[in-house]
Amino acid sequence: MNTGDGGGGGKHSKKRAKKSSTRVDMTPMVDLAFLLLTFFMLATTFSKPKTLEITFPKDKENTDNTTKIPDELATTFLVGEETNEVYYYVGKFQPDTTQLLKLNMGKDGIRKFLLGRNEKIDRQITALEEKFKAGQMADSTFHRLRSEAKGAKDAPFVIVKTCKLSKYKTVIDIIDELNICNVGKYAVVDISDAELLPLYKIIKPELVAAATGAP
Amino acid sequence: MPRSSPSLDMTPMVDLAFLLVTFFMLTTKFRAAEPVVVDTPSSTSNIILPENVMLITVDTAGRVFYDITGRDVRTALIDRMGELYQTKFTPDQVKRFSVMTMFGQPMKNMKAYLDANEKERKVMDESTKGIPTDSLENELANWIMEGYRASAADGANKGIDPKSDKALRFAIKADGKTNYAKVKKVIKTFKEREIYRFNLITNLEEADK
Repeated sequence: MNTGDGGGGGKHSKKRAKKSSTRVDMTPMVDLAFLLLTFFMLATTFSKPKTLEITFPKDKENTDNTTKIPDELATTFLVGEETNEVYYYVGKFQPDTTQLLKLNMGKDGIRKFLLGRNEKIDRQITALEEKFKAGQMADSTFHRLRSEAKGAKDAPFVIVKTCKLSKYKTVIDIIDELNICNVGKYAVVDISDAELLPLYKIIKPELVAAATGAP
Repeated sequence: MPRSSPSLDMTPMVDLAFLLVTFFMLTTKFRAAEPVVVDTPSSTSNIILPENVMLITVDTAGRVFYDITGRDVRTALIDRMGELYQTKFTPDQVKRFSVMTMFGQPMKNMKAYLDANEKERKVMDESTKGIPTDSLENELANWIMEGYRASAADGANKGIDPKSDKALRFAIKADGKTNYAKVKKVIKTFKEREIYRFNLITNLEEADK
């Protein structure tokens, strides 16, 4: 830095009046300028939030869908109060015999489960992604083929059922996992009264005991 | 003879630094003071929020806030809402509404809110219960309907294709801890108006499969 060498030429003789240096060290000012610059450069990139695109089914369609899907392809997730777990059953709900199984909201829980259920289609879509990344496929072709693969007749269908205790974060996390595992067919609906009982038996046993007047 | 150390004149570099700072200072658009800050959940989705959007914000307590982009759209919207609720807004109030962003006041407080200064608005924002969404008094439904209509009319004026990316999109921003039932109410209000596609605002997280 071309900083002033303080003191200038120094005093020559005793009679000369003391001349204070007129040179100011600019280093701190420049430091601040760079700091501001860095701040603004970083601040402008933070402003755009990301979104998750979702389409909800029309309510009428919902009741039709559940009768058309073959039972082996349907998985139902029941969302309780905690944001790190979800309960599920496969196929049709039998009020007395269906057992609810627990899944963690993580890589080794729900993701492993969904990848297992959706293995074939996930592999297809991963292959499509590789091709697309390698530049062998047009954008529109990729999206079309991916939607077709996700919507195939033998693609699994996931129903996410929420109760009044469910938190928004849990639902978003589940939808996110479904997208990661390339499950295309899913719906978010209300839990039915019949399903509420086995769920509450696990997550809120004290309420069930109080309601049924257990001894 | 001792050589003087080579000195480099840094003035041009400092000039450039200041030029860049000025550039950024003028081009950053600061986020308008939001009545409520919401901590959105994270997702791996990398899609950026489109420009033309109607944003419904739901905080942890379930209070609903509304925002829509576009000054002309907002002007038309507040006029329509004024008609619907038999409230006459002065041109000044209309102007204030058109440059505002998010709000969560029921229509009966709207005039007071528009006349209030920043401090008073903050107080009103803290004590508000949000836009009413209960089935008897679903103001949100009217805001959605009229917002959609105002945006469609504005789009038609500007020649925007309703099927294109520039058309109005509907976004919901809710806190991770918000009870899902509250968000469901908002979604139900949309469904009743035949709107099924939404953008749910999240922040980006890494996904390693």
